[in-house]
Amino acid sequence: MPLLELRDIHKTYHLGGETIRALDGVSLDIDSGEFISIIGPSGSGKSTLMHILGCLDTPTSGTINLDGMMIHDASARQLASIRNKKIGFVFQFFNLLPKLTVRQNVELPMIYSGLSSKERRERAMDSLRSVNMEDRSKHRPSQLSGGQQQRAAIARALVNDPRIIFADEPTGNLDSNTGELILGMFDKLHQEGRTVMLVTHDPEIASVTPRRIEIRDGKIANEIDPKLGGEAPKFEEIKAKQSQLTRNMTS
Amino acid sequence: MRFISLFILGLQEVYAHWFRSILTMLGIILGVASVVAMSAIVEGLEKGMRDNIIIYGGLNKVLIHDSDPPDYQNHIADTSPGKTLNDVYALKRGATLLSHVSPEMGHRARITYQRRSCYPSEFIGAWPVVLQMNRHTLKYGRFFNELDERGAKPVCVIGSHIRDRLFGDPESTDQEINPVGKIIHINRQPFTVIGMFIEYMTDAEQKRRELERQNHKDRTGPRRNARYRFRRDGFYHKNNVVYIPINTMWMRFKVSSGTDDTPEPNLTDIDIKVAELTHMEKALDQARNILLHTHNGVEDFEFSTYASRIASAEERIKNANLIGLIISALSLFVGGIGVMNIMLASINERIREIGTFKALGANDFSIFIQIMMESSSLAILGGLLGLPTSFGTIWLLTQLIPQQNVPIITWEALFIGLTFSILTGIIAGLFPAYKASRLNPIEALRYE
Repeated sequence: MPLLELRDIHKTYHLGGETIRALDGVSLDIDSGEFISIIGPSGSGKSTLMHILGCLDTPTSGTINLDGMMIHDASARQLASIRNKKIGFVFQFFNLLPKLTVRQNVELPMIYSGLSSKERRERAMDSLRSVNMEDRSKHRPSQLSGGQQQRAAIARALVNDPRIIFADEPTGNLDSNTGELILGMFDKLHQEGRTVMLVTHDPEIASVTPRRIEIRDGKIANEIDPKLGGEAPKFEEIKAKQSQLTRNMTS
Repeated sequence: MRFISLFILGLQEVYAHWFRSILTMLGIILGVASVVAMSAIVEGLEKGMRDNIIIYGGLNKVLIHDSDPPDYQNHIADTSPGKTLNDVYALKRGATLLSHVSPEMGHRARITYQRRSCYPSEFIGAWPVVLQMNRHTLKYGRFFNELDERGAKPVCVIGSHIRDRLFGDPESTDQEINPVGKIIHINRQPFTVIGMFIEYMTDAEQKRRELERQNHKDRTGPRRNARYRFRRDGFYHKNNVVYIPINTMWMRFKVSSGTDDTPEPNLTDIDIKVAELTHMEKALDQARNILLHTHNGVEDFEFSTYASRIASAEERIKNANLIGLIISALSLFVGGIGVMNIMLASINERIREIGTFKALGANDFSIFIQIMMESSSLAILGGLLGLPTSFGTIWLLTQLIPQQNVPIITWEALFIGLTFSILTGIIAGLFPAYKASRLNPIEALRYE
């Protein structure tokens, strides 16, 4: 039984008179403890896929089974509760609240799950310790560097012990050294047995994960899965192929 | 538990923009202050009116007023002689349930002494019984008696303000002047002052004067350049009276106004006092029967009792209260609009944050509560700050406009002010909170 099971997911938008097929029949299984990246250029549908996987959105058709629960037709209230308990988000712009201290930011998800303030504090500090940020707990986000902010955001994503962590371009706003540090942190989480999904447009970032899924025009264009065998192609090759494609498109 | 945490979150938001929050709260603060101040002023007016009625005679005093006779008596209305001394004699003889009957014959007057002059509030010809009827106490001299009455003597008894104006008041001359024996002119006719009433004053006034005396203990001699200012408190008119015997009034001032050779005998007022308050109804029926006799059956009079005066005063107060409440509620409403405006602006600049809240697992209701908590903490803080502000406002008002009726702040007014401010905040928060809670998380997260 996989952790996440997508069957024939469609998502269409109506923009003006036009119908846009953001997702066009995506089926996908994700097992517990996997480290996956979803790659694709902007407009490919990868963000839509992440939103649906992250319970921020519901598909037009198709079924999703998350941890034994059918969530494709869940109510907004149920989705909020699932997001709170089973899913952790890490954003490109960190999305920390500037008026709260780091510890209060980390406590936020637990406020919505209704824990006591004492328990919230303990768990927030534990979570911050796991990303080596416990000495910054009283700082405001504006007093931290980008890497520290992202670590605080990871601590916040971890604090409710989610089944799966989604990171949307987590290094997009960081310099390359800090970005590597953050990617290393996700790798560490994977080593500890957590399920992590990176969403990125950058094949180089995707290369840190064993399994990579490429989305193009709302469909799974290419999938590299070590379980299914087959050597993962070198990323130089992928890059070359991509630049070939862009050349074709522009010419 | 969750509510408390969300409330704290709201407070933090309010604190983060403390200057903006204070400006927003100012609307609520002034709204509460105006509600409390308005009701305190009306409350003061109400107490002033009640006190006034008691000052001028007490519960068992009844005034007999002229009134239009009923329509079916229009054809005989002219046969009634109106209020005359005959009524008074008849009442004295026949109305056994009355303790006092006091005729009053008023006139306009200008009073002069040497080069000073003044106009009294009341210049009345009366019987000695007026002393009990209007609850007067003498300070100097005596009141006029039966002999003065029979002889229509040119004597008068004056209130303390008349003394102050004609002879100088104790504060500016630094001595109590006893006017007894002085001759003053009332409408150019000489009268001898034979008595003066004590100065009636409110407790507050008494305290003020004591304080002043203590502050200027070392002062000797009269206060220079001091202009005498009359306090228009509840006792103003009671201090500003001149009484003369009714026959003197009749003989000297009503002579030319009669329609035949006799001076016009009509009275301006008949005041009666009921012996037992419990027999008020019976006593008034008795008086009515007697007066119907003397007025040839024409009912051209009516009784004005304490209860009826209180009722009409209360009616006026109720209207004033309602108008005041509407006006002050309007300012609270403006404050509420300010809160709503700020909340809408605040959620608009925090759309990304709200998206984050939702991604972290906040459901619509949590967001709704969170925003509501912000607006209601603004309102509660504003309301609480409004209470001391209302005390300040009233203090300022009494300093600027010293008036007879000291505003009274009641617990009810404070409670109502606070409740309404909180309600305003809650209502003002409803729409912004609803708007924020309905945001689509994906669009909110993407919002730049």
